[in-house]
Amino acid sequence: MKPAPFDYVRAESVHHAVRLLAENKDGARIIAGGQSLMTAMNFRMSSPALLVDIGELEHLRDITLTADARLRIGALTRHADLDASPDIAAHTPLLRKAIRHVAHTAIRNRGTFGGSLSHADPASELPACVMALDATIHIVGPDGDRVVPARHFFTGVHETALGAGEVLVAVELDVIKADEVSGFGEFARRQGDYAMVGLAAHGRIAAGLLTAVDLAFFAVGSTPILARRAAAALVDPATPDPAQRLQRAREALSLDLDPPDDPQSSAAMRMELARVLLGRVVGDMLARGAGA
Amino acid sequence: MMSDRAPVPPLALDRPNSYIGRSVPRPNARRLVQGRGHYTDDVAAPAGVLHAAFLRSPYAHARITHIDVAAAKAAPGVALVVTGAEIDQVCEPWVGVLSHFKGLRSATQHALAVDHVVWQGEPVVGVAALTRAMAEDALSLIEIAYAELPPVTDPDAALLPESPLIHPELGSNLAFALTVESGDAEAAFRDAHTVVSGDFRFGRHSPVTLEARSVLADFNPSERRLTVHQSTQTPYQMQDIYARHLGLPQANVHVIAKDVGGSFGMKLHVYGDEVATVAMSVILGRAVKFIADRLESFPSDIHARDHRVRARMAVAADGEITAMIVDDLTGVGAFSAYPRTSAVEGNQAIRLMGGPYKLRHYSGNLRVVFQNKAVMSQYRAVGHPIACGVTEALVDQAAAAIGLDPLEFRRRNLLTDDVYPYTSPTGYLFERLSHHQCVDKLERLMDYPALRADQAEARTKGVVRGIGFAVFIEITNPGPAFYGVGGARITAQDGCVLTLEPSGNIRCAVSVTEQGQGTEAIMAQIAASAVGVRIEDVRVITGDTAATPYGGATWASRGAGIGGETVLITGKALRANLLRLAGILLQMPPDNLDISDGLIVDNATGRERITLQELARIAYYRPDTLPQGVQAELTAAHHHVPRGQPFAFTNGIQASHVEVDVESGFVRLLNHWVVEDCGRVINPLLVDEQIRGGVVQGIGAALFEECLYSEQGQLLNGTLADYLVPMASEMPDIHVDHVSTPTLHSELGAKGVGEAGTAGAAAAVLNAINDALQPFGARLSQMPATPERILRALGKLAG
Ligand SMILES: Cc1cc2nc3c(=O)[nH]c(=O)nc-3n(C[C@H](O)[C@H](O)[C@H](O)COP(=O)(O)OP(=O)(O)OC[C@H]3O[C@@H](n4cnc5c(N)ncnc54)[C@H](O)[C@@H]3O)c2cc1C
Repeated sequence: MKPAPFDYVRAESVHHAVRLLAENKDGARIIAGGQSLMTAMNFRMSSPALLVDIGELEHLRDITLTADARLRIGALTRHADLDASPDIAAHTPLLRKAIRHVAHTAIRNRGTFGGSLSHADPASELPACVMALDATIHIVGPDGDRVVPARHFFTGVHETALGAGEVLVAVELDVIKADEVSGFGEFARRQGDYAMVGLAAHGRIAAGLLTAVDLAFFAVGSTPILARRAAAALVDPATPDPAQRLQRAREALSLDLDPPDDPQSSAAMRMELARVLLGRVVGDMLARGAGA
Repeated sequence: MMSDRAPVPPLALDRPNSYIGRSVPRPNARRLVQGRGHYTDDVAAPAGVLHAAFLRSPYAHARITHIDVAAAKAAPGVALVVTGAEIDQVCEPWVGVLSHFKGLRSATQHALAVDHVVWQGEPVVGVAALTRAMAEDALSLIEIAYAELPPVTDPDAALLPESPLIHPELGSNLAFALTVESGDAEAAFRDAHTVVSGDFRFGRHSPVTLEARSVLADFNPSERRLTVHQSTQTPYQMQDIYARHLGLPQANVHVIAKDVGGSFGMKLHVYGDEVATVAMSVILGRAVKFIADRLESFPSDIHARDHRVRARMAVAADGEITAMIVDDLTGVGAFSAYPRTSAVEGNQAIRLMGGPYKLRHYSGNLRVVFQNKAVMSQYRAVGHPIACGVTEALVDQAAAAIGLDPLEFRRRNLLTDDVYPYTSPTGYLFERLSHHQCVDKLERLMDYPALRADQAEARTKGVVRGIGFAVFIEITNPGPAFYGVGGARITAQDGCVLTLEPSGNIRCAVSVTEQGQGTEAIMAQIAASAVGVRIEDVRVITGDTAATPYGGATWASRGAGIGGETVLITGKALRANLLRLAGILLQMPPDNLDISDGLIVDNATGRERITLQELARIAYYRPDTLPQGVQAELTAAHHHVPRGQPFAFTNGIQASHVEVDVESGFVRLLNHWVVEDCGRVINPLLVDEQIRGGVVQGIGAALFEECLYSEQGQLLNGTLADYLVPMASEMPDIHVDHVSTPTLHSELGAKGVGEAGTAGAAAAVLNAINDALQPFGARLSQMPATPERILRALGKLAG
């Protein structure tokens, strides 16, 4: 379990990193927290010739409130930073809820927000959160800057909209509003494990009923999946009874999701857990009410 | 906490300064916690050391048609590339059979596969290079052509006439079969009031030691001397293996096992990659090191368990268990392990069935089969969790069928205090067990009535809880006829050399070894107590064939009971030597003197007469002042093997309290209790931690651990991300208490404790889950009880 030989450069700026990637085409990779990349390299599943370390670009670690009341989270924000930040807790409680399900303390101390999104593990928590929150992904590349909606960012298992030579620099999202509520839940065999099934949800509430909701399920497909039919059932004005809405949503879920079989869990099991999770997360959101 | 039914017999160690029964801290704890442990990988490597890596078979079953190592040989930093045939030229292959398992068969196993690979992960080519990374780079340049053969993975299918043969020379895939009959089980079933039965499955486990298998071999051709640092439980066994298989005089082989980071039985088997590493050192005349990484540990460390058991229990109208009939099929992978064989697990499982209970009619049938999977062999609590899991599940079913509380049902059937010494239907001899005291104590400890009340109350709120019990017996302190009797050069005795050093300190060299369980602390306690010195003044030396006497070391829960008794006997002998010398110096009869806290004292008054330090000074540096003809004997040496009984059986009971989420199938462990009887408790802290560690492994079996193989024999979850070891967050509090029934076959009275936790924990947890599921009409008889299996049992998943 030793990586194949590789070179290493510490990037001095984002543009330096972009240049190094461009100069080394296929053979170069960004390294951020290294928590996923080093494992892949040790397994020799990934053998980049050059590692471009963006770890010292401190400004990529900032969490700031922008003029237009959005929260901008730098790509190098550590999972532990998300957990500790009062801004995150106040303005995007979903991330705060989710982050404690990501791995263990030691990994959260090094793993980064940008790394997690770029790595795009289908069982990861943060990709589902940014989809539920309809965040935007900010990218710098050889052709300049661009912004991709999170809902278009994840394209497959470990595959994203990031092009060759591009660096994810930040995520932006709306701060939570007074009538909004978010919910999070997952089933993992052990504390800190990747989820068997997870759900990140964000919605609006009025008079004890959801009026809008986004449900991003993860570990049920090659990317996080927005369960649109279930979401529609949950906010269906024609169904006033929340229990009935939930029942319909649970039924609709099998149209939204088509989870895979794998050695750890059958598709039927994942589907059942997704239904259970839907009930619990929505129940929790309704119980807590808006603003959290 | 100790509680005594009968008073513990008086002991020479019940002295004012005795450390027996005290939770003294481990002398090595500070060192280990500060990261100053000295594991094999920490050994300062000899100059020119090379690092080994192995190319392993990607197939479960295949012929090797061609191997091309030319590019690897030319790769940077590579000193040697070897195939199985080349290793065979310096190292004799082996066959994992012993004569006392009649009919046990296995095939010739080469250190590296020759022509034929029989499991995915079997080492095929070895590379020694300047760094491990270079060795791995070279591996990627080796080309091996395989012709795939149909794999045998399912144990039932392995015995079908049309099954492919793993070792054609054996004529079938059957490794071993055994039938154990006592009384008339069939008749008892005909007469039974109630019969309960089940088909049980126990998953395959990987031991997952913190420190992976590690070996550093250094062959010096000028003297034909071989030094091997190895993470092993059994330095002397390995010395013998290396000497015989590499054709070296035993005296030329030096095996050192300093700190060992866990072993659980996994580190006493012979592994091809380790032997090949040593052979490479012999070929090169250079040091070669091999540290297994996790990716190769999973498919190459021995696996454990893997049983399918069909069992029935017959019960009379009054609730008396009368008989059991058991059929156990176990898959041991591609070979029977060397040198201890893979028959022991099944042999113990089939003989331990029903062991705590009074039933006299028993019929057990064991079949052990080969499969194209990693070798399965002895691992903590060999066979016990299978026997306990099956028996205790049937006991719960029988109690429910008869309409009795499970604890009450056990009380009616457990062996009573008046039967000892007792020979079980399967031939095990129990000197004295304490089942009923353990049950009583457990019932109080867990406040059983309150838990049942809580269960009923919780159920009204839709919270589903369950309580499960498991009574267990444990084989410990194996006697003289264990492996040696079958022709293995594995000793059942231990040796100890105790010396009063010039400083006045005691040096204790003993053949038992430290795996992280605290053996050295126990030995220091016993030596200090037996001689009469402070524990700080005892230095214990283990794990070095050049520094300790020949002995069996660590396996089968024998360290404290056998090694400890050896130290006790030796300590008393040294004390007698020192008192004799002191008597001469002080011109007093030695009987009037004693040693206490490192001082020679007047027996009657306790008054200090002379320090041991002073005695040592005179003996070593001023022997001229001793009377003519007096020789100071400052060293005592003894060997000891338990005689009188084949094993010192221990017993106990465990209970588990769980909450089952019947929507998701997830289980939360609320609490776990153990009351056990390991005889005399030498160090309560260490005993409790042995129990807790063992329970955690049992919980792993019950809920988490399972090596998943594809039908093609590919290990599907061979990483720490995929193979679920039990972790702290999911563990319940584990409450431990003791009953103490010392064995009278030794002065110390200590029995083993290392495997008790593992023996019973899984059964208790599964019974608790089934207790919780009982109102839903669901029952599980497969471990691990994964959420998916629980939902399936509840009928919540289609297909
Ligand atoms: C034992 C263990 C358990 C874990 N459990 C979980 C879990 O439960 N949930 C979970 O979500 N994660 C889990 N992880 C993964 C962890 O969260 C990782 O930290 C994260 O997925 C990757 O972040 P990183 O900063 O370490 O990225 P790295 O490992 O440095 O990089 C990962 C990939 O992203 C690319 N990359 C990184 N940063 C950028 C960037 N700014 N722009 C472009 N590309 C970039 C790299 O080139 C690489 O391909 C676990 C990891 C371990 C080791």
